[in-house]
Amino acid sequence: MMDFLASVFGSSNYWFIVVRSTAPILLVTLGAVVTEQAGIKNMALEGSMLWAALTGVLASAWTGSPWIGLAAGIAAGVAIALILGLFALKLDANAVLVGIALNLLSTGGTVFVLFSITGDKGISSSLPSKVLPMVSVPLLRDIPWLGKVLSGQNLVVYLSAAAVVVIHVILNKMTIGRRIRATGENVEAARAAGIDPDRIKFFTLVISGILAGLAGCFLSMGYTSNFTSGISAGRGYVANAAQVVAGGTAVGSIFAALIFGVTDALATFLQSRGLPPELIQALPYAVTILGFVVVTLIRDKREAARKLKLFAGKDDR
Amino acid sequence: MRDGTERRKSPGRLGLFFTNRDALEPALVTLFAAVFSLLAGVGLIFLVSKEPAQSARNFLLGPFLRTYNIYYMMIAMVPLTFTGLALCIIYQSKHMSLIVDSSFYIGAVTATAVGIHAALPAGWHPAAAMLAAGTVGGFIGLLPAILKIRWRANELVSSLMLNYVFYFIGSFIILYFLRDRNQTILSSLPFRKTFLLPRLVPNTQLHAGFLVAAVFVVLVSVFLYRTKWGYEIRMIGANQKFAAYAGLSVPTVILYSHFVSGFLGGVGGAIEMAGLYKAFIWQMNPSYAWDGVIVAMLARKNPKFVPLSAFFLAYMRVGADFMSRRGDVAFEFITLLQGLIILILASDKIVNYFKARRLQRTALARTAEARAAGAGGAE
Amino acid sequence: METILQAVDLCKVYGNGTAANKFVNLTVRRGEILGLVGENGAGKSTLMKVVYGEEAPSSGSLLLDGKPVRFGSSRDAIAAGIGMVHQHFMLVPSLTLAENLVLGREPRKKSGMYDLDRAVRIAEELSAKYNLRIIPWARVVDVSVSMRQKLEILKTLYRGARILILDEPTSVLTPQETDELFAELKALRDKGQTIIFISHKLGEVFQLCDRVTVMRDGAVIGTHDIGDVDRQTISNEMVGREVRLTLDKTPAAPGATALEVRDLSFVDDFGITMVDRVSFSLRKGEVLGVVGVDGNGQSELVRILTGHARTLTGSVRKGEEDLTNAPPRRIRKAGVAHVAEDRMTVGAALPASIADNLLADRYSEPAFTGGGGFLRRSAIQAEAKGIVERFDIRCSSPNQSVASLSGGNMQKVVIGREFTAAADVLVVSQPTRGVDIGAIEFIHRTILSMRDEGKAILLVSSDLGEVLSLSDSLIVMHAGRIVAWFPEASAVTDKELGLYMLGLKTQDEKEIRKVLHA
Repeated sequence: MMDFLASVFGSSNYWFIVVRSTAPILLVTLGAVVTEQAGIKNMALEGSMLWAALTGVLASAWTGSPWIGLAAGIAAGVAIALILGLFALKLDANAVLVGIALNLLSTGGTVFVLFSITGDKGISSSLPSKVLPMVSVPLLRDIPWLGKVLSGQNLVVYLSAAAVVVIHVILNKMTIGRRIRATGENVEAARAAGIDPDRIKFFTLVISGILAGLAGCFLSMGYTSNFTSGISAGRGYVANAAQVVAGGTAVGSIFAALIFGVTDALATFLQSRGLPPELIQALPYAVTILGFVVVTLIRDKREAARKLKLFAGKDDR
Repeated sequence: MRDGTERRKSPGRLGLFFTNRDALEPALVTLFAAVFSLLAGVGLIFLVSKEPAQSARNFLLGPFLRTYNIYYMMIAMVPLTFTGLALCIIYQSKHMSLIVDSSFYIGAVTATAVGIHAALPAGWHPAAAMLAAGTVGGFIGLLPAILKIRWRANELVSSLMLNYVFYFIGSFIILYFLRDRNQTILSSLPFRKTFLLPRLVPNTQLHAGFLVAAVFVVLVSVFLYRTKWGYEIRMIGANQKFAAYAGLSVPTVILYSHFVSGFLGGVGGAIEMAGLYKAFIWQMNPSYAWDGVIVAMLARKNPKFVPLSAFFLAYMRVGADFMSRRGDVAFEFITLLQGLIILILASDKIVNYFKARRLQRTALARTAEARAAGAGGAE
Repeated sequence: METILQAVDLCKVYGNGTAANKFVNLTVRRGEILGLVGENGAGKSTLMKVVYGEEAPSSGSLLLDGKPVRFGSSRDAIAAGIGMVHQHFMLVPSLTLAENLVLGREPRKKSGMYDLDRAVRIAEELSAKYNLRIIPWARVVDVSVSMRQKLEILKTLYRGARILILDEPTSVLTPQETDELFAELKALRDKGQTIIFISHKLGEVFQLCDRVTVMRDGAVIGTHDIGDVDRQTISNEMVGREVRLTLDKTPAAPGATALEVRDLSFVDDFGITMVDRVSFSLRKGEVLGVVGVDGNGQSELVRILTGHARTLTGSVRKGEEDLTNAPPRRIRKAGVAHVAEDRMTVGAALPASIADNLLADRYSEPAFTGGGGFLRRSAIQAEAKGIVERFDIRCSSPNQSVASLSGGNMQKVVIGREFTAAADVLVVSQPTRGVDIGAIEFIHRTILSMRDEGKAILLVSSDLGEVLSLSDSLIVMHAGRIVAWFPEASAVTDKELGLYMLGLKTQDEKEIRKVLHA
């Protein structure tokens, strides 16, 4: 077993799959980070992904263009996020319950729409949908080993890397980033400064919708080439846990998403070893919970130490 | 001066359930949500169906047009009642765990094991399976609670992920330990005859589980409103800070409320197995917990209303099933309606619309009154 | 002098039905410091929230420069030149002072990006111009309370405020810091700024303001030039009756130590030491008063004693039992009752019934829970009815929800439960805050009769008159420390107390240690 693991972790093929499985999780985790920074929990990321995955397939099949598919998918992802905002922010609904409602109506609703259009409840293979292109990166592809891991991935994989930069810039380099943090940390302070917290929250919801939309499109137009029912497989929920592990930063999201990606890819490899696939499929979800626990444990310890230090730092009587 | 509370009339006929307008108005909104969702459903049917009138008729009236459909509704009420009750308890404590989904599924798996392997007399056999499934379900229910108490993990997020974990574990157990390898389709070994619940009406599938569900409605009502544990659950739901301040052990209450909730889910799963099947043949998790959310919300977290809301949901499901078998509208369209119901009932602004308006009005009137009285006195 | 701001017949009714402002008329003149005084809950803060656009008035109008204005949000009010420094700081802890200063009106680079360097420069310039010293690049979590307040004032000036509203700005300041602030405010006024100063401390109002408006019970009672009025008049207007409390009080007969408190310390989330090695012993049959300017650690001390906050050092013992960092459940079981300061969010469960609230600390006793965990409903009803009658809680039935009661009656639910608890130690926080005048005397008499029964009572109140007339002995807290102990509360004068409360005087260690009764 150890030999096997060593060979897996040494193989560029394995890490190629890691990168590929990490990308969608990374995108949604970034979305969860942004909304959470603004103080609103977007539990509907799962729903955004599902509708985006379906819409992308439908639009690309009808127009023959993966790009229109991508745009339509992203729009669908944003629409779900906006519905969450509408109910949670304008109608005083509990955001988490709204998330539950939207996920419920997305799991069934996507199947309903798929069936109404194709007559099939499980898969969209009867539709001539397009996939987003793979990108072979010049220079990068020539680097031994690393080139095999990082080059030749789907476009969305590179977009997810770009998203990390964009989100980092939004949160740290742009005015809106300060406003997002103010809204999430002390909503009264934001309001007193003339910031409209609802607008900030809507803004972050749109961002999360775009990211989840992108992730959803990747699942049905790259990762696989069809929409299948329940295609997001709980990644939207995973993002909400990974967000905590990420510690509210874009860069932290990479780490958090990798926890999922590494185990998810491992599952693919271990299955071929004849291990029970069911148990292995459970692994990524279990590991995410574990990661959450460990990170919280470390943070609690640090916070306690900080307080003790602040007190001990005071001069003695 | 008399204040608003004294001015309130004694409860009328409706007072049986609703002692005042504070309870009556949300009940009306609940009714509105239910009716509105049905209308939205009809609208949707007209949008997608080639023969909309027929489909709409099948959806709305179908459940009552055939005798067997009435039995189907009663059968469908059973799992909905159990998950609904389970979520009533969770919601009463103001928590949002959906782990009942796992409890129900693993409960069914546990019952399958008992149903296949345990040699027990009829009557005792399903009872033992229920107890085993409930216990396992209860312990599963504890997990998000522990994660919440110890590491402040949002119980909804962790429960949703655990649901995936337990779904895979459940299918693993069925596949590797309980599978009937002589069957081509995925199926467990057949249950023993003693495990199967008796039928209430011959030649229908209506089974004794319906009565068990009724008993559990009473038990959970009593538990929530007549015992000290129920009191504790309601108090941490009403105001968790207050509960801690008054001396309740909030973590303990969170733990056992999740256990009881999981227990109900587990029993529900077991009854589903013993009542409807001859072997475990689920290809995927039926996910009754999500329906339980709606049942609990429609019941306004009160177990005594669960049969009513479970009936409504069963009506929707059977209607949708009946319609989809005879037409071109997929069964899944009801999840859109179900989502709509949650959205409406979760919106405080909608639910409390009348109440807020009334409060505002009386308070303004009272201030003006007081001013007039003050001015009169000065003259 | 010309009028800059005027409120005409302004009413504010909240969604829950409380009328916080009733036909308020207020006039503010350009370039003055107007004091707005009144007791807690008199409606000052609500009025200012309306002026600042945070709350929409239910009726009435607001005139700025003679023209009617209607603010949809504080953004509109800011644009109109109104700035507010809230009682609770409106700051973002993890951002720097400069970032907080420019929040909402941020400088940008040509590229459209946030310009941190310029934010710091702006902070430095403004700080120099108005002589309000801050450290622009420090994070808010890391700076002192008084610097945070200066930052709040600078924030309003940065936004071009002509009218500056300060809500109880001195409650968190030391006396030196207060003097410094007043000098700065007067300088601002002399530069033409209009300032509205909200306070319930008369001394400060006389020290700082040009005119004073008194509010009581949601309405304006009167407005005076400071030169034409004395403190007694204002104080009478504030409370509507003579302030002096007279209570028939027998001398205390303190017994053995009931609660032994040693070396408690607490650091809040901002890293500020709120409680600093506090020790005392509470004896049976005495009322030990704790006084101090709000925010000097009294609330935190109570939270530690009642299990709602953890102490970093030291211990709490009741007889044999170690209650250090014990959960509230164990502390109550050990016989410590607690009237919480925050009655609405901690002291009561508003959606639950009166009976459920009254029984919350005793429902599990055999008298109310029978075998098998079943509640004894008739016994519960009887107990609830008893408390309702004894404490005169006005309701149609004990099964009514607490939320449907009037504010004063909600208070009585909390008081009623705690005063009838099976406890021999009572920690009482602000017992009469928000309680109507008729009930205050009853509460005071009950506290004294419980003392005479031999219970040990720790009384924390920001109402000095109340603490002085009820307490047998007295602790003074300042900056988280006990700075004085007086064995005879009746022998202490307000003046002397003031010096300790403001930290101008500290007893020596030996004197303070006597409160340990060891």
